[in-house]
Amino acid sequence: MTTRPVDAVLAREFGLNAEEYARVLAIMGRTPTLTELGIFSVMWSEHCSYKSSRVWLRELPTRAPWVIHGPGENAGVVDIGDGLAAVFKMESHNHPSFIEPYQGAATGVGGILRDVFTMGARPIANLNALRFGDPGDPRTRRIVDGVVRGIGGYGNCVGVPTVGGEVNFHAAYNGNPLVNAMTVGIAPRDRIFLSAAAGVGNPVVYVGSKTGRDGIHGATMASAAFGEDSAEKRPTVQVGDPFTEKLLIEACLELMATDAIIAIQDMGAAGLTSSSVEMAGKGGVGITLDLDAVPQRERDMTAYEMMLSESQERMLMVLRPDREHVARAVFEKWELDFAVIGRLTNSGRIVVRHQGRIEADIPLAPLADQAPLYHRPTMPPPPPAPCGEVADTVGLEAALVRLLGCPDLCSRAWIWDQYDATVGGQTVKRPGAADAAVVRVEGHARALALTTDCTPRYCAADARAGGAQAVAEAWRNLTAVGARPLAVTDNLNFGNPERPEIMGQFADAIAGMAEACRALDFPVVSGNVSLYNETEGRSVLPTPAIGGLGVLDDAARAVGIALRPGLDLVLLGATAGHLGQSLWLREVAGQEAGPPPPVDLVAERRVGDFVRARILAGTVAACHDVSDGGLLVAVAEMALAGEVGARLLPGPDGLAPHAFWFGEDQGRYVLAVADSAALLAAAAAEGVPARRLGSAGGLDLTLPDGATISLPVLRRRHEQFLPDWLEG
Amino acid sequence: MKAIVTVMLKPGVLDPQGRAIGQALAHLGFAGVGEVRAGKVIELDLAETDPGRARTQAEEMARQLLANTVIESFRVDVA
Amino acid sequence: MLREMRAAVVTFPGINRERDMAIALTRSFGRAPRMIWHRDTDLSGLDLIVIPGGFSYGDYLRCGAMAAHSPVMDAVRAHTARGGYVLGVCNGFQILTEAGMLPGALLRNAGLRFLSSDCHLRVERTDTAFTSHYQRGDIFRAPMAHGDGNYFADDATLDRLEGEGLVAFRYAPPTGNRNGSARDIAGILSPNLRVLGLMPHPEDLVDPLLGGEDGKPLFDSLAATLAA
Repeated sequence: MTTRPVDAVLAREFGLNAEEYARVLAIMGRTPTLTELGIFSVMWSEHCSYKSSRVWLRELPTRAPWVIHGPGENAGVVDIGDGLAAVFKMESHNHPSFIEPYQGAATGVGGILRDVFTMGARPIANLNALRFGDPGDPRTRRIVDGVVRGIGGYGNCVGVPTVGGEVNFHAAYNGNPLVNAMTVGIAPRDRIFLSAAAGVGNPVVYVGSKTGRDGIHGATMASAAFGEDSAEKRPTVQVGDPFTEKLLIEACLELMATDAIIAIQDMGAAGLTSSSVEMAGKGGVGITLDLDAVPQRERDMTAYEMMLSESQERMLMVLRPDREHVARAVFEKWELDFAVIGRLTNSGRIVVRHQGRIEADIPLAPLADQAPLYHRPTMPPPPPAPCGEVADTVGLEAALVRLLGCPDLCSRAWIWDQYDATVGGQTVKRPGAADAAVVRVEGHARALALTTDCTPRYCAADARAGGAQAVAEAWRNLTAVGARPLAVTDNLNFGNPERPEIMGQFADAIAGMAEACRALDFPVVSGNVSLYNETEGRSVLPTPAIGGLGVLDDAARAVGIALRPGLDLVLLGATAGHLGQSLWLREVAGQEAGPPPPVDLVAERRVGDFVRARILAGTVAACHDVSDGGLLVAVAEMALAGEVGARLLPGPDGLAPHAFWFGEDQGRYVLAVADSAALLAAAAAEGVPARRLGSAGGLDLTLPDGATISLPVLRRRHEQFLPDWLEG
Repeated sequence: MKAIVTVMLKPGVLDPQGRAIGQALAHLGFAGVGEVRAGKVIELDLAETDPGRARTQAEEMARQLLANTVIESFRVDVA
Repeated sequence: MLREMRAAVVTFPGINRERDMAIALTRSFGRAPRMIWHRDTDLSGLDLIVIPGGFSYGDYLRCGAMAAHSPVMDAVRAHTARGGYVLGVCNGFQILTEAGMLPGALLRNAGLRFLSSDCHLRVERTDTAFTSHYQRGDIFRAPMAHGDGNYFADDATLDRLEGEGLVAFRYAPPTGNRNGSARDIAGILSPNLRVLGLMPHPEDLVDPLLGGEDGKPLFDSLAATLAA
């Protein structure tokens, strides 16, 4: 370790600017030790302190009668009925996944799982929202391969089904993929575990894996843009051990069934530092740590290294002193390390001892209260230029075939075939079967519906509309399976917040999200902000990924997207033929232009509530929302899922066929029903625009212009891209 | 003393990993690479100080656990 | 009067499909199986022992290798010597081969990728405790979820398995043999027909709500045999 003096220059290298370092000196009243400087630098990093985003995050609605815990805990908690709570959160592991795709993605899954079972919930589902660079960029293939293997390698081994997610490709993610992992767990609603420490004198206990030199300064790395030298940062990458995580899940849940635990927190980014500081800080107590007692994997580790290590699969707990032996027995049964490494004190300070020396002694209140908070300048993004009329030169059939085969719309089967989606025996709707994954709650009729959504190209064109659209689409996907949407977790991936145009995107996206969350009664209960997503000065597309959670009282009511022969297809929601920022415009006309489709939140709610009621009444056989690619793509996906063709009627007069069939107007669903007349009448009665599209049957898709495509041909086209690209 | 157990798939057992490595090497332009076989190396720190007895111990460990002799062969080196 | 049958699910650290298995057994048997932690070695009074799927000991070293050497496996061997039934699914099958209770080994999938999707299995014989509720030649669906399911044995062993009718299930169209298994073998029996190991997961397809009941006849077969 360095023997350099602690000064402003070293602080700068640790990510603290001059003003922040001056604040450290004022709090300490002396020059900090190296360990103290490390603690300040990680606690005040963007990753831990949200210093650039906090002022904006306050605008998001976070309350509803069913919200038990909103942002501020390890994960959000909502009441789902039957005395149960769903615990869920999404978190990014973007930078580590670029440096080492397999381990970066794997440890991302591990970290978000810990956030959920830390609260007492058994994880029942994983999802992931992935954005990769242009498939033509030579790095992209390796990153996709590694990320997919890493997610599978970790999730499959811990035995939590990976049931959904999304994938986009765009050159803006070259060199900076986004890997956002979401975990959902179930706990008794009166047995939620929190992180606030309490009880002076109580033991602070370390459990899980031993500490090594993994990932030192990961939290600050996650808060810095990549330069040319990122490849040199390789040694800081953490390695995941899903086997130990599985044992940790079982051991923690076993101990949580007793009354031994007062507080518990996983050691995520900034490991022992953030967990001990946050637990003591939230509880308003002090804490002493004896690092000699920390289980260590490597020799001669310094206090600095132990406090900053990001070794995976570790937890910190405060126990009732008379239950220490109970806890020890549980962890010994599961062959996990268990060590009392400290006590709670009434000093209000964190005191770190190692080999007879005090390595750190910091007052906790100012460490939290005086953390930097920035009102960074924002520059409103320029309004998108209109794209005007774009003529159709290829026709419906050629456009459909091209769209279904393009990277953003092709079948994701190659990816989800590597994820165990059925372990647990409760997966009602697997990936690809429905607009949202549906996972039943073991022993109950009830099921959760889960989705992740964001359309980054919309956000890039108009961050406010894009933010609203991401929330609305998540709400729509939950609705499309028949679920009642309850709450969201968000993962806000943006570029460098020190650039006003990026902060402008951020502020606008939050405003759009907030508006949609309010209009749809869909509060944000947890989330994560990932900034500095840029490589060599080029920012990713603004990507506020939304993880949506809804509930079905009866899992048997859930519907999927698969067509069945003899059904009528009906479109619900208004169609204006909006082609701006559509995939048709990009993939067929070769333009990324225009404003994204507007989101009418009043119509969204009216149409969605109508659709849900029809599904729950049992009158809908299949339902699919209309999103990327528009109406014809939605119908084709339904046909492919059901292996049943369809014959389509012409669209309305006065609207060009390509605008009707490929426009991406929001708030729309395609329903497959036995009795379309009844549906049309009911829709008319409630003021919901509805139009019969055609009927299902045969093995061909017959377009309104008479063109016919056989499903096997369409399927080959749809399923070809990923295997050809990744296995070829 | 240190015993190093090298475990390899037996000849005749398909080794798709070795084949994939071979293909990757060819893609990288390394010509003239014949068959590639992938195995694993297990290092054991043994209390035993007699090389002969250390080898016998390690061989027994390999037979019982470290290798699956249905599909794998092993070699022990003592240093 | 039907006899009360007693089934147990043995779990090792890292096993993760024990709950799925318990649900399937409960559905067919009408009562929940005993859950046995690998350090308990008392298996007396049991008719059926199931080793479920998962990643025992993280699949480190080789899938199933560490679990195969745990003390409870001696008790499982004694149970079969008494004529008891054993079912090993996925990691359970790997453990049974590593323990030498079934011949052969499970190698990495031929494509080197984890495979998680439905596969189709053909029933090769129906005069066993595990398959009596199927028809010979039936093709049924079962989810598979494994990285090491590529069944391998030398030709003499394969000839013997086939000659003695010990192949229980083979991968069949339309999905076919995706992991590269020798002679499309998905599941095999011991010579006394009381030990079955297979890679796919019939226990995850026993409920119409979850996509079908294709796997249920296997558990119904066991329930009927053991109750007789």
